[in-house]
Amino acid sequence: MSAIPKDRFYTASHEWIRIDGGKASVGITDHAQHELGDLVFADPAPVGKKLAAGDSVATLESVKAASDAYAPVAGTVSVSNRALYDDPALLNSDPYGQPLVVLDLDAAFDAASAGLLDATAYGALVGGKG
Amino acid sequence: MTRMRTPGYVPTTTAERAAMLRDVGLPPDAGLSACIPEGVRLRTAVGLPPALDALSLARHMQALSDRNRPADRAVCFLGAGAYDHFVPTAVDALVSRQEFATAYTPYQPEISQGTLQAIFEFQSTMCALTGLDVSNSSMYDGATAAAEALLMAHRHTGRPRALVARSVHPGVRAVLATYASFTGLVLEDCREDGTPCAAAPGASLDDVAAVLVQSPDFFGRIHDLSLPAAFAHAAGALSIAYCDPLSLAVLRSPGECGADVAVGDVQPLGQHLSFGGPWAGFLTTRDALVRRMPGRIAGETVDREGRRGFVLTLQAREQHIRREKATSNLCTNQALCATAATVHCAVAGPSGLAEAARQCISKADYLRARLAATGAFEPLHAGPLFRECAVRVRGGDVAGLNRALLDRGFVGGLDLGPVDAALAGCWLVAVTEKRTRAEIDAFVVAAAAHVAGRSSEASAPRKEAVR
Amino acid sequence: MNAPNPTSEKTLLIFERGAPGRGSSLYPDCDVPDCAVDPVLLRSASPDLAEVSEVEAVRHYTWLSTRNFGVETGFYPLGSCTMKYNPKENEAFARLPGFAGAHPLQDPATAQGCLALMHDLADWLSRLCGMSAFSLQPAAGAHGELTGLMCIRAYHRHRGDAKRIVVLVPDSAHGTNPASAAVAGLEVREVPSGPDGMVDLDALDRLLGDDVAALMLTNPNTLGLFEKNIEAIAQKVHAAGGLLYYDGANANAILMQSRPGDMGFDVVHLNLHKTFATPHGGGGPGAGPVGVSERLVPFLPVPLVMKDAVSGQYLLDADRPLSIGPVRSFYGNFGVLVRAYAYILRNGEEGLAAVSEAAVTNASYLRERLRPAYRIAYDAPSMHEFVITGTPQKEAGCSTLDLAKRLIDYGYHPPTIYFPLVVKEALMVEPTETETRETLDAFADAMLRIAEEARTSPELLHDAPHGTPVSRLDELRAARTPVLRWKRPEG
Repeated sequence: MSAIPKDRFYTASHEWIRIDGGKASVGITDHAQHELGDLVFADPAPVGKKLAAGDSVATLESVKAASDAYAPVAGTVSVSNRALYDDPALLNSDPYGQPLVVLDLDAAFDAASAGLLDATAYGALVGGKG
Repeated sequence: MTRMRTPGYVPTTTAERAAMLRDVGLPPDAGLSACIPEGVRLRTAVGLPPALDALSLARHMQALSDRNRPADRAVCFLGAGAYDHFVPTAVDALVSRQEFATAYTPYQPEISQGTLQAIFEFQSTMCALTGLDVSNSSMYDGATAAAEALLMAHRHTGRPRALVARSVHPGVRAVLATYASFTGLVLEDCREDGTPCAAAPGASLDDVAAVLVQSPDFFGRIHDLSLPAAFAHAAGALSIAYCDPLSLAVLRSPGECGADVAVGDVQPLGQHLSFGGPWAGFLTTRDALVRRMPGRIAGETVDREGRRGFVLTLQAREQHIRREKATSNLCTNQALCATAATVHCAVAGPSGLAEAARQCISKADYLRARLAATGAFEPLHAGPLFRECAVRVRGGDVAGLNRALLDRGFVGGLDLGPVDAALAGCWLVAVTEKRTRAEIDAFVVAAAAHVAGRSSEASAPRKEAVR
Repeated sequence: MNAPNPTSEKTLLIFERGAPGRGSSLYPDCDVPDCAVDPVLLRSASPDLAEVSEVEAVRHYTWLSTRNFGVETGFYPLGSCTMKYNPKENEAFARLPGFAGAHPLQDPATAQGCLALMHDLADWLSRLCGMSAFSLQPAAGAHGELTGLMCIRAYHRHRGDAKRIVVLVPDSAHGTNPASAAVAGLEVREVPSGPDGMVDLDALDRLLGDDVAALMLTNPNTLGLFEKNIEAIAQKVHAAGGLLYYDGANANAILMQSRPGDMGFDVVHLNLHKTFATPHGGGGPGAGPVGVSERLVPFLPVPLVMKDAVSGQYLLDADRPLSIGPVRSFYGNFGVLVRAYAYILRNGEEGLAAVSEAAVTNASYLRERLRPAYRIAYDAPSMHEFVITGTPQKEAGCSTLDLAKRLIDYGYHPPTIYFPLVVKEALMVEPTETETRETLDAFADAMLRIAEEARTSPELLHDAPHGTPVSRLDELRAARTPVLRWKRPEG
């Protein structure tokens, strides 16, 4: 299990979000990829798609599970990680290095009002098994 | 010996069952009385007929069957979605094997390779016929396959409108209307080239999800499917072709024509008429749409020793995983009917299928020409036909005509009046590869004689004489 | 399973057998003039299908069938699937020429046998379920669910209560329930199970409101437990203006013991391929007839079979203005209906009561036989099936999948696994009424031995199954690089 990076925030539904100015990268945590198992399909939202907080940023499938990853905040997709579409296993091997999408944020970022967790709080949520 | 009063499908006797419960320390009637609240226990008879022994049941079923006058006891010229094709004996013999017939959905692949490989072969067969990349393991029937295809296009494009050709089988259109009224899909009539019937020229098409055209259509007409495909793609919609799989042994495939999805019913391939079912629907599409497909799909893989094997795959689309977000609620399909279609194609081979299909073309053309030549019938359409032709009956009494033909050993065509008031007095007549020239000639003579009001003196031969 | 198979080294598809030019002559020469068709309408190349002789085709599919496990091969305790014996005589009845050769559009006056059969079967199913009328059209259980939910939605719409678009579904329900609701344009809300595995009544109270169209229930539920509060549940749902939907997947447990109509259900679907002994076909064709209470009859799919009181003739009634419309072509999987009709007639009321009584007895007996080595989930008197949780074995290193695969080595089809979702490492066992005590004992002995093996020689379970045509298959590879059809090798 890899450590939970401290440079970003987390959701209770196991997404991570890293802020860089007006942009936010969104991905899934190591815990999430572990729960899903070997991924066979990932379909990140396309560039230009406008997302509200809680909208799906990607559809993910393993052999016997399917799940959506959700946008923690509102924004417009500026980068869609299509490499995952061709090789979904990248999410299993490098969940924190492979964002699903990059969003142009609609509003100034505020972790507290978005209800996000920091690395410590998320680590406590998943029992330290980031 | 005790005289048997039960069918014996429950092998244990009442005494044995009481002993079973006693021996594991359970009270008598353990599950039933402990589980079902007294207020909802059934304590009275419900009025079913008395049980029958095996011999009496066999006699009863034979008598019930004899109350029908099946197509095989008359010469059948009725089609309209259910066709009297030849089913080779090997098809029934093979699908009757209990290993195929009594198994469940192949959840344990190690002991289900028979079903799984049969499904894989069905998928391959339907892909070959329709010219598309991927197929599912089968659908309930052609009509529900068409409905699922529209829903698939609806989800894929996010658009609400579907254009459906007026010449699609009315029974299929009625099922589409049922599904549409609960799913927010708006159906609209279009022509065989895809253009809407009602819309003004130049009207916006950017909310159209799908264009569905049938070929051969309800009237047997063969259409160029590349026209609606091009029209659909120009609108950013999916092109869906409703096809007859037998016709595709010779006709240009939907895939070659540019269609995105092909659907239809495998009834012409190894299925008995059986009063309308069970048969199976099929749905094939392009690789890019595979994850939008409803239903089960078999795929090839290897086992731990590297041996070839087959599994159900891409299951994350399905209801048992995705629940309300699944691509469809499909669970049980029509696997055994799909297997029958696969075996039929294997036994007939590409040349046998093509021969049957060519005869369906030539005999429909011959029938139309013969009917027209009598002067009693006016064909509704020119152009190439597959297995079926529609004619206007002089005088318009189609029901009377069919009654008269039945007396002469023929099952006549479909009376189109009840289907569409604009087609009152019209008749849809079908000929498969089973119909001989002599049968067609005799049928035409009898029909024309009746219409001409000479039926009483006509020397139309009875069925026995024809054979 | 172990038929002689000299080609067992290599698994071949039908397309990989035969040779160009092989085949059988099925049809006489065409005896009418050949009709030329515009080449633009014709395919450019023949479809790439198998060219085999009849004997090759027959051998191939016979060989394939030997790689399958059917109910006649052995014990098949697949939970919620009711894998009972499928009577041989019913196969013969479905193939009688008067049935198999009947055209669905032939004059109803010439199809009175088919129509009488459908009319009586619908009547008998209504009596068995306490419903007012049945449609025989739906092709499968999930299709029945969809049809029933469409009727419910049409009923609410007709009353001008179109805001009712929520369907309540227990968390233990089969996945088709929420999926069918979604296809019917309804929203799904999950009802949690209480600690006893039954519907949590307080949670139900909180979920009920004026947007609720219906509650879907399987009773007994997927844990084999009868909802003991069913009368209260029905009262609550009806008081809130909703309807009750009965998923008949488990109706084998209550046949002639209790009726959904008497429990308060408004809509029922039955799986004829489960309860009424029609073969499953490796995944269909089945049949999922839908029955409704009086107020929903106008909404059933068209056509319905009616009997003219004066002439005694059976006819098809399509003139029903409030009907949701047809849900498939023609009238249903008629060949399946023939089998179910014969099954009911052969059994009669006493025979059917014995079916459910023996199904529950067999399951209760087997549950107690397995108790020494397995943990029963939601341990309570259960009906036709019960659920084991393999968590103790899992902690010892053998998953439920391993247990299931090892059962294959003993000659059994494994139970349903990993369902219902509310039980971890679930094994759902449904023996059905058509098994003898000897079979149940032998199966229980095998299960107990496997529990022992899980402790002493877990590798036996990990490597299972051993004697099958293939060992465990690589599902990850199948899903990551899908090969979904045969293609002729290049060159």
